Amino acid sequence: MSRIEKKFNKLKSENKTCLISYITAGDPTISDTLDIMHTLVKSGTNIIELGVPFSDPMADGPIIQRACERALIQNVSCLHIFQLVKNFRELDSETPIVLMGYLNPIEIMGYEVFAKSAYDSGVDAILVVDLPHEEAGDIVNIFKKHKLESIFLIAPNTKIDRIKEILKYASGFLYYISLKGVTGATSLDISATVKQLQFINKSINLPLAVGFGIKDANTAKILSSNADAIVIGSAIVNIIENEQNNNLKINDKIKSLMNSIRLKLDEDLISGAKI
Amino acid sequence: MKTHLKKRLNDFNLIDYNYPDSNGHYGIFGGTFVAETLIEPLTDLRKMYHNLKNDSEFLKELYYEYDNYVGRPTPLYFAKRLTEKINGANIFLKREDLCHTGAHKINNTIGQAILAKKMGKKRIIAETGAGQHGVAAATVAARLGMECVVFMGEQDIYRQSQNVYKMKLLGAEVVPVTSGSKTLKDALNEALRDWVANVDDTFYIIGTVAGPSPYPELVRDFQAIIGREVIQQMQDINKKADALVACVGGGSNAIGLFYPFIDSESKMFGIEAAGNGLETGKHSAPLNKGKVGVLHGNRTYLLEDENGQIIETHSISAGLDYPGVGPEHALLKDLGRVKYESATDKDALKAFHELSRTEGIIPALETSHAIAYAIKLAKKMKKGENIIVNLSGRGDKDLNTVAKIEGIEI
Repeated sequence: MSRIEKKFNKLKSENKTCLISYITAGDPTISDTLDIMHTLVKSGTNIIELGVPFSDPMADGPIIQRACERALIQNVSCLHIFQLVKNFRELDSETPIVLMGYLNPIEIMGYEVFAKSAYDSGVDAILVVDLPHEEAGDIVNIFKKHKLESIFLIAPNTKIDRIKEILKYASGFLYYISLKGVTGATSLDISATVKQLQFINKSINLPLAVGFGIKDANTAKILSSNADAIVIGSAIVNIIENEQNNNLKINDKIKSLMNSIRLKLDEDLISGAKI
Repeated sequence: MKTHLKKRLNDFNLIDYNYPDSNGHYGIFGGTFVAETLIEPLTDLRKMYHNLKNDSEFLKELYYEYDNYVGRPTPLYFAKRLTEKINGANIFLKREDLCHTGAHKINNTIGQAILAKKMGKKRIIAETGAGQHGVAAATVAARLGMECVVFMGEQDIYRQSQNVYKMKLLGAEVVPVTSGSKTLKDALNEALRDWVANVDDTFYIIGTVAGPSPYPELVRDFQAIIGREVIQQMQDINKKADALVACVGGGSNAIGLFYPFIDSESKMFGIEAAGNGLETGKHSAPLNKGKVGVLHGNRTYLLEDENGQIIETHSISAGLDYPGVGPEHALLKDLGRVKYESATDKDALKAFHELSRTEGIIPALETSHAIAYAIKLAKKMKKGENIIVNLSGRGDKDLNTVAKIEGIEI
């Protein structure tokens, strides 16, 4: 059983929603990222999505674009990220790690080399933002060969027949983009998203994660009744940007944001326990 | 077909040249590398275009605009004084600079705007480098009564202030792009981001033969009017096109000239911007110096570093200042059907003056790269042979740039 599957099973048995946190690797520095990863886990994160910085992140909003720019000024590459994951694994062998990024930095390494190094360093899955399943055949097979899972995105305008097609390639979980827009956008329509999630949940056999535009505990809570996992990204990266010169403050503020979301997600369990 | 021609086409694998395939691939190039939200609008666009491309009503409307609004056909002009001065092959100029708005770009924007209207979209967005495509998009938006937003790198806004003002006069909103290198590639990223957020009412008019499928195909088809006219015009004067020359940034004017000639005997030369020189690293020549990668929705040759990050490019001409190139050019390079050469900033400047003085035609700096190479080529070819240069745009927009380089205040 994969780390991701184990994690979802465990959370399910505890009746908890999976909390996925996104940060860009190397923002503001690689060593800060290692601290932040441990902080995220301590404050209720169940899966870490580690962004691979790219010079032209066309699906990301300004917050994550700037995170990429901060990482790239230091020339952060896949090799640094593999080392980072290795270091993280010294203290944490349980939390699944998903690398999320764009195809070009992977393609230039070669799919085989990338996949093998990723798995060897302790990565569990890959999400390539600009790789729809039509272009993904070879890559998904290579990932599979190296025991990496392939996370795919579905969007509000992805029709049900296409979702079924995507499921043939997807493993780990399915990531529902909750709005038509880039990461960190503001215009999330919660009731429409809930309806979509209910609809999609009926027809898939993988855990369903929802992300893009979820910034606070209340939104996370409402969506969690119809999703297996909630993804928080730009809200965390925003903290990193504001406190980029102060490692302690970054970790404190992230801790308090993520604790509040975790608490809200678990509130029924806690009040239930009191009875 | 003549036997020797058939053999040559066979050598190039061009006998069955029929690209893109049904998935938008040009061999290993092209494709649809976008985030999931853009799949539906791209699929809709592909279907709509394939239904309409042979539809007589659509073509009637398109050709009406070509004839009456764009000003087609454009002349094929024999550059007599330049030819005599070089004392080599004859140089003919395909005068796309005489199109409405001063460049070939409008051949494409008018086609895509008609598509947009047929798809019921009310808002047009576009990216622009030199501003020529932005002006051409703003122009057709005004012509068809549509809202228009143009994304332009801050760096380019500064270099091309006249075109910015033009777009505003035409009723478009110009959005400065401050991310990344603040040039064309970043404007493209920003336009894609806007499109993702507004897919329901917005049509994205891409200005070159790059981007996700079906853009490279439909932009090529709208620009191919250039080459088709040249074939007719050469027949009319009973001459053979021995060589074709065009500048290549994304490559829309070049593919427009080349495509109808692919199964002919004409030699073809695409000229990239060598900037300060191919060896200096400061250039915009992915076909000469790039590696295969994925950017802006398609696989093609790219200028990138060892980690797959896209690197900043340099060219005197904003329109060639792009780290990628259309996927069909990547294929034509690998097939050996087109030779991709280059011209430096200096070569282009020299050609800019040369054409102005000898023919009374001030070419765009982009186009000047093609002129520079054609002059070299004409010297090597025989007298009586014919070179067609795509004179893709006029130079009015570049006067400030050239004057500044030469220390002249205007």
